[in-house]
Amino acid sequence: MKTKNLSRRNFIKLSGMTGTVLSLGMYIPSWSKEADIINLNTNNGSSVELNAWISIDTSGKITLTNHRAEMGQGSYQSVAQILAEELEVDMNQVTIVFASGNSAKYGSQVTGGSSTIRGSYKRLLRLGASAREMLIQAAAKKWNVDPSSCHAENAQVIHQSTGRKLSYGELVEAASKMTPPSNVKLKHPGEYKILRKPLPRQDTPMKVNGKAIFGTDFRLPGMLFAVVERSPRFEGKVKNIDDRETLKVPGVKAVVKVYRDTFSHLREGVAVVADSYWSALQGRKVLKVEWDETGIPQHNTAQLYERMREMAKGDIISYRTKGNFSDAFARAEKKVEYFYETPYESHSCMEPLNCTAHVTDDKIEIWGPIQAPDWIQSNLSAHFKMPMDKVIVNMTFLGGGFGRKAFTDYTYEAAYLSKEIKAPVQIVWTREDDMTIGPFRPGMVYRCAAGLNNGRISALETKMAGQNMGQQEPGADRKGYNDSVTEGLLEPYFNSIPHYTFGDAPLESPIPVMWWRSVYASTNGFAYESFFDELAAEAGQDPLAFRRQYLWEERYQHLIDKLEEVSGWKQRKKNEGYGVAITECFSSIVGEVVKVSRKSSGGIKIDKVWAVMDCGWYVNPDIIRAQVEGSIVMALGAATKHETTFKNSMAVEKNFDTYKMPRIHEIPEIEVYVMDNDEKAGGVGEPGLPPFTPALTNAIFDLTGKRIRKLPFSLDTV
Amino acid sequence: MATFKLTVNNKTHTVDVDPDTPLLWVLRDNLGLTGTKYGCGVAQCGACTVHLNGNAVRSCSLPVSAATSGKITTIEGLSEDGSHPVQLAWEAEDVPQCGYCQSGQIMTAAAFLSRKPNPTDAEIETAMAGHICRCGTYYRIKKAIHLAAEKGGKK
Repeated sequence: MKTKNLSRRNFIKLSGMTGTVLSLGMYIPSWSKEADIINLNTNNGSSVELNAWISIDTSGKITLTNHRAEMGQGSYQSVAQILAEELEVDMNQVTIVFASGNSAKYGSQVTGGSSTIRGSYKRLLRLGASAREMLIQAAAKKWNVDPSSCHAENAQVIHQSTGRKLSYGELVEAASKMTPPSNVKLKHPGEYKILRKPLPRQDTPMKVNGKAIFGTDFRLPGMLFAVVERSPRFEGKVKNIDDRETLKVPGVKAVVKVYRDTFSHLREGVAVVADSYWSALQGRKVLKVEWDETGIPQHNTAQLYERMREMAKGDIISYRTKGNFSDAFARAEKKVEYFYETPYESHSCMEPLNCTAHVTDDKIEIWGPIQAPDWIQSNLSAHFKMPMDKVIVNMTFLGGGFGRKAFTDYTYEAAYLSKEIKAPVQIVWTREDDMTIGPFRPGMVYRCAAGLNNGRISALETKMAGQNMGQQEPGADRKGYNDSVTEGLLEPYFNSIPHYTFGDAPLESPIPVMWWRSVYASTNGFAYESFFDELAAEAGQDPLAFRRQYLWEERYQHLIDKLEEVSGWKQRKKNEGYGVAITECFSSIVGEVVKVSRKSSGGIKIDKVWAVMDCGWYVNPDIIRAQVEGSIVMALGAATKHETTFKNSMAVEKNFDTYKMPRIHEIPEIEVYVMDNDEKAGGVGEPGLPPFTPALTNAIFDLTGKRIRKLPFSLDTV
Repeated sequence: MATFKLTVNNKTHTVDVDPDTPLLWVLRDNLGLTGTKYGCGVAQCGACTVHLNGNAVRSCSLPVSAATSGKITTIEGLSEDGSHPVQLAWEAEDVPQCGYCQSGQIMTAAAFLSRKPNPTDAEIETAMAGHICRCGTYYRIKKAIHLAAEKGGKK
């Protein structure tokens, strides 16, 4: 570690976080008071915990904990809305706080797989109800009456016959001493007062006045800022650092070699630490790092796809099979076979990656836009050999996540740097870092083959060639199948198609890859739902009627009925530009119809999108609509606007000038419908994404007769 | 390093920074106004938008030395209490998802509506095309701007 104006003694003093920072002549902003920092995530001391999610203080303030990340998908509202229903409190009466990482207390906190509601709603309902029952018991005891003669509403317990009332604040101390009931009766959905209502989000006011604290807004007294130069070929090792010019930049304090944990590989970087982010950026501009890139395979986009196309023709590792595909395919009247290609993509959250860390001899504390606080807690505990209870992982609001922030690289890197410089530090990735270092959504090539007899699918085979996200750890078994090759496909197809095989051929590549909103379904959906549309056309049938005959379960038929009804599917004219697709992932089914037309100036215009979401039991229909709208826009970007390409083993697109995002003038009108039924809760944040792209390209086929089998494509030049 | 006098949200501040420092980093790191966001650093995304003399500008690309002569307004100063018609419309439509880009979107919308109180869809699209929202809240942004216009976006 090299430093300027900063002796080791000063670094040690700095880590004390009291006053000593002044010795460095640094500006301590007035807003970074200890109290503000504590208020960010934690409960204040006067409240009484009824369970891990619910605290009430004696003045009646109700604090509900969100154990998951809030990255736009609405957990901040939804988790609280579930708890509040059974607790019998109004949303305007509650304060919501984020939990820190603690899976022993909260169960999994990994905010991925659209799992927050579907994974915890029953537990949250029971927690709300059991806290309510404890409060009722406390009141009944005080009044010396039978608890069954009391009920709770609006944060108070009422004794029906006498009209006596006690507020939750008055009861909470006594209630906390009650044994939580093991069995509580939950409401029937028909009795819900706030669930299933489109209540406004509690985080909206602070997101329109600049007060919401995202990772990069977090401040600690004496905190330094850092930016990190990383190997653009992902795996390069630092050979030489020339930081002479860097250390001359005003404000730069140190240049430090750092590591980040990328799927358990320690990747290297060089951090420039300064007293402001701008100084750190200026220092990095004149930093010279030589990378040792021996042994890193050369690659570029054309080669990668050439390899994947070959692999998709060859043998696969089967995951799910039934009957005898080869035999049935050989005997089919009509054989159909097509390739589909999807690009590598960057997550490009609007908030670039960042993490604030303060590591001392006996404690690690980090703050940031974090999707997986419990994973990161174990990861840091293992790396630094620090007991779990000395590793505090705090979630701020996330400026987007999409899977990228459920990862351990940026958090370990910040903690490592803080430990090295013995000071609190915030690493902020530049947009260019965020867009080029990965992990990326993996690019894919699919080969789909089917046999048709009498217009029905007699045999189906799909081969997915591309990187397996689960095979990146050192010593990963590369012979294992990828159990995500059927993600996105509607479950009834497995019953109604007599012979099939689904499998993959894993591509080896140094490019790190990771979950990207809706994960494999985001690319599978395009291949499979495009292919079904091609089969419908080959069979000479209506695309929706063709699908319907394989989806005979009531739930799917209802969804198709709704989709037909809202989109006017049956009233459309031939080749008017309508396309449909239906996918299923994370236990939700979504059907979308897209209507396109020709622009007078040439190219295609998307006129409208109708989406029907069946996520079973649900919390807030407006959040669901917002998530489907957003999923459609994100899919539109990946289908028609942006991709990450590689040249000379490096990502080419570095910022939004070349990685072009959909903008406001490119967004169609979107209508979202939510199905009402008694099914279990499914995911909401992701399942709206996969059907959009195939519905769009199927609509373009309907209008123009042209099939699009490779993404992205330009709507202007179709 | 040099000393600059800035008027931000009707308060005067003196900062001692490199003259090339973009206004964005002065607002965030020197003045503690973190409502204005870094998104791209090259004026492509609009997350850093503030008002300079009532005009929407990209603070990531405006050197502090060029911002001394005017009145700067950030999201924190758009209204005392979140009651600007654009903020209220954003709440009414529940526009934000992650919320990170919304400070910038709101600042542009507010500056736009003060000049164009009754905009058409096409005018809104042109005015807002410099902004990126990765959550895809565009459809609601358009609705919210129409709503703010109805309620009197010019404040």
